[in-house]
Order: sequence, then structure tokens, then C-alpha cells
Amino acid sequence: MFAGFMINTWIVASIVAIVAGVVGFFVVLRGSSFAAHAIPNASFAGAAGANLVGASSIGGLLVFAVAGALGIALLSKRGRRDVATALAIVLMLALGALFLSFSTEYAAETYSLLFGEVLGVSSSELAPTVVLALLAVAAVATFWRLLLLTSVMPELAEARGVHIYRVELVFLLIVALVTSLSVPVVGALLMFSLMIGPPAAARSFTTNPFVAVVLAVSLALTTVWIAIAVSYMTTWPIGFFVGVLGAAFFLTGRAFAAWRGNRAHPRAARHSQVVAA
Amino acid sequence: MADLTESTSADSRTPILELDGIGVWLSGREILHDVKFEVRPGELVGLIGSNGAGKTTIFRVILGLLTPSSGRVLIVGGPRPRRNRSVGYVPQKIALDPDMPLRSRDLVALGLDGHKLGVSLPSRRRREMVDEMLHAVDAMPFANARVGSLSGGEQQRVMIAHALISRPKLLLLDEPLANLDLRSEQEVVELLAEIAKEHGVAVLISAHDLNPVLPVVDRVVYVAHGHVASGTTDEVVTTDVLSQLYGHNVDVIRLHGRILVVAGPSPRADPALMEQLGRLSNPVDDTVAV
Ligand SMILES: Nc1ncnc2c1ncn2[C@@H]1O[C@H](COP(=O)(O)OP(=O)(O)O)[C@@H](O)[C@H]1O
Ligand SMILES: [Mg+2]
Repeated sequence: MFAGFMINTWIVASIVAIVAGVVGFFVVLRGSSFAAHAIPNASFAGAAGANLVGASSIGGLLVFAVAGALGIALLSKRGRRDVATALAIVLMLALGALFLSFSTEYAAETYSLLFGEVLGVSSSELAPTVVLALLAVAAVATFWRLLLLTSVMPELAEARGVHIYRVELVFLLIVALVTSLSVPVVGALLMFSLMIGPPAAARSFTTNPFVAVVLAVSLALTTVWIAIAVSYMTTWPIGFFVGVLGAAFFLTGRAFAAWRGNRAHPRAARHSQVVAA
Repeated sequence: MADLTESTSADSRTPILELDGIGVWLSGREILHDVKFEVRPGELVGLIGSNGAGKTTIFRVILGLLTPSSGRVLIVGGPRPRRNRSVGYVPQKIALDPDMPLRSRDLVALGLDGHKLGVSLPSRRRREMVDEMLHAVDAMPFANARVGSLSGGEQQRVMIAHALISRPKLLLLDEPLANLDLRSEQEVVELLAEIAKEHGVAVLISAHDLNPVLPVVDRVVYVAHGHVASGTTDEVVTTDVLSQLYGHNVDVIRLHGRILVVAGPSPRADPALMEQLGRLSNPVDDTVAV
């Protein structure tokens, strides 16, 4: 599984895991899981459309993911965010179904777009993936404090003169970017699990936001590495293992949190440490 | 505790906050009518009124989140700039996710530069500023605890530190005593009095019950149906003033250092029956308001 033709897969999957961990931290913190589900759906339709007209699938992914992000942001400005997001999902799935019905390579294409493909990464996909990943990480770093403040206390951020709507728009665009680079590898449905599982699990193990991001990235990397290896050996889809491992990490995190919460007076213990220091 | 304000105001009589003839209409309804009051440096003013009286709306106008249909807000004698660092604010509802990986100190640090681009790299100076503020509000024991899992009183202290770290001249707190137990209620009130008195910060605090803030407020602004009456407690909380404000008879009864505002006999009610019902047991929220 470390043969020459697999090298690209390992590299791209690792990049996907890193950005999924970084961006996923804010997806979970902002309670944007639903949007993180909708945008990959949008990009799935885009890839199907691009495939149909013979355009580059990463281009189609990007255009539709960005359109989905803008759609959700615009619609939720006027109404409820969950309803806007649901509308976007429905619309994009409808388009995706239409495009696929016109396509000749129906089954195989759908399958790999939804569930990912270990062997599907070509050298030509490497460069755009690296560029998009760098862009996404740079954007999160640039908006780090604003994303934190608007996630934790949106009302207060607004009172301090932050345009919370613009920050939300930027965030959804970052999710669109990450989605576009990830879908060819892990698939639309399971990019979602990579953005939720590891970051949600990381929350249980630390109280420090920086550490939580590092931990989310580590768990995401572990997830994709194990998933590729096992998928290669079993020929089961990589997405299956990504999903199962994400859920497993999350449950482990919750169990750890429950165990920690059950210990007697955890805060009293911290107090005595502070006094001793 | 170090000096919380950047510079002590030269003229302590210049109001930090001045509301002049504020009127607000929302969905065709008059929410505020000719609201007029001021808060000076080092003053603690209580904004008192029952639910729906218009307290939060007044805060939203001061913060510039709501444009009044008439009147003006002056902050330190001038119009309010969009990113006003001289106003600290603690909103009414702070729902912090208990599982969120964020410590008290992270939340306080966000008060310093949470509205800016970029990542804040840990530095000694930042750490010292945050520690100093956590000390000031007596939140050091839970500085590294998950902020969402703290008790209401502890979270309130952290929120106050968050609001104060940018060294504002004016601190606005919307119902900071709601959902606090008696002891934390008293601690938060004392902390606010100390911030106002020792550091010259103008503090405006809203509450639906006058009594918890009674020992510390310099003046009160009483709100009812969007109308206000302001002055010292003795001036405002009287049978005459409040009856006029509410638009019907109100009795103000002072009892063991507490003030009870109760509905007076209405023309329709049988006075003898009112006596029997025991007016003393009816606080203002149950009988007069809304
Ligand atoms: N956006 C709005 N549109 C219409 N009415 C509103 C709006 N916001 C608040 N109100 C009304 O204004 C009144 C005052 O509300 P508020 O300032 O929140 O009261 P308080 O904070 O004193 O409980 C209430 O009757 C409320 O229903
Ligand atoms: Mg209110």
C-alpha cells in the first residue's frame, strides 16, 4: 500500500485530514454541522455537472461549493439558518440527481464522489489540493480571533462592532474551499464526518482551544491513515472507515469526559494546584 | 488591583453616558418614549423595570445596535463611534456551551483583541493583563477551567473581566443578577460597586428587582412601559412618581431596608378585599407591570 501509485493518495489524504481538523474545530464550535453537511452535497452536484460537460471536476466542486455557501449565507440572513441550510441541501441533491441521470458512467462516478476512492488521486490533482489547503489554513489563521469571538458570543461581538454576518460568510467560504479539495478523496458524505468526528472528540480531552485544534488534526490524520490502510487491504470503501473511526473517537471522547466529570470535585483539585503553584 | 481606566477623567462631572429624548418604535409600537438620563464617572446607576419594560432596548440603543427614531446618545460627550472601545458590555443571555474547549482566561483575552484579524500569539504581557483582570474580579481560582461549565456567578465574573479588560469608561450589564443565587448576587453587586468607586468606571446595570442593587446604586432609572423616571432612590421610588410612571396607583412601602412596590387599590377593586389579599406580599412584577 506504499507503492508508487499510492503516494499521491497518502499525501492528499493527509492534507485533507489537516484542514478538516482545523476547520472542523470551528464547525463544531459554531454549531455549523448542518452547513458542513450541506456544502459537500453542493459540491457533489458540482462534480457531477462538471463531469457531464467534460470540465475539471475540482473546478465544478469549487464553483458549486462556493455557490452553496453563498446561498446558505444569503438565505439565513433573512430567516432561520437551519431552514436555509436544508433548502440548499435539497436543491443541490436535486441538481446532482439530474446531472447524474444524464451521465453515462452513472454508478461508478456517484459512488466515488459520495464515498471516496483510495486509488482515485492523480498527480495532476496534487497541486490544486495543496494550494486550496494552504488558502484554507491561512484564512482560518487570519480570522482566528473573530471566528472564536463570533462563535462563543455572537451578540457581544455584534455590540463590539464586528460584522457577524460577514464573518459567517467567510467561514462558509472556508468550508466550501476545504470541501472542494477533500471530496475527490474521502467523498462528499464522509468529508462531513471528518470535519465533525475528530474535532468533536478533541473537545473532550482539552480545555485549551489551540490544543483542541492540534488534537483534532492529529485525530483526523490518524483516522485517514488507518482508513486508507484498512481500505487498501479489504477493498472496502475508505469512507466507511473514516465514518466509523470518526464516530469511535467521538464516543471515546464522550466516555473520557463522563469519567472525568464523575471524579469528585474536579474544580477543587484545580484550585489546589493553582494555590500550590 | 491596578487602575482600570486609561486616564482619570479631568472633569468628573462630564457625563460618560448621556441619553437625550430617546424614542424607539418597533413593528409600529412605541417601545421607548422620551428616555432621558445620564451616568457620570464612578457612578453606579440601576436601570430598574419589570420584564418587557424596555431595559434591553435601552442597552441596544446605547450600543448602537438599534437606531432610535428620535433623540441622541452621547458617549463621553460625543457620538458613539462604531467600534467603541470605551464601552464594555455584558449581555443578558450568555449561553456558553459547557463542552466548549475554552478557558476563562481565553474568554477574557478575547475582550482584549477578539474583534481583530490574526492570531494572538501568547506573550508575557498579554498573560499578565489577563491575570490582572482575573484577579480584579476574583476569578483566579477558575482561570483555567472550562468556562461553559462554571456556575452562573463565576461566569458572570469572567464576563465582567472580558468587558473590563479593554479599560472601558462605561460598563453596561444587562440583568447580571438574573439566575444567580443570593450569595453570588451579593458578590457580583459588591464587585460592581468596587469597579465604579475605585476605578471611576461609569456602571449601568439593569435589574427587574430593585432590592439587590439598592445598597450600592447612586441613582436609579426606573422604566415602565418605555417611560423612565430617574434620580436618587428617594426621589424616584415614591408613591407619587411611580404611580405617575405606571399610570395607575402604586404603593411604595419601605420595610426593613427593603423597598416593596405594590399595586395600589384600583378604582375597580374593592379596597377591603385588597386589604385582605395582603398587598405587602405582592412585588411589583406580579401586580403592576405589563
Ligand atoms: N424587535 C422587536 N420588535 C417589536 N417589539 C420588540 C422588539 N424587541 C423588543 N420588543 C418589545 O419591546 C419591549 C421591551 O423589550 P425589552 O427591552 O427586551 O424589555 P426588558 O429588557 O426590559 O425585559 C417588549 O414589549 C418587547 O416585546
Ligand atoms: Mg431584557
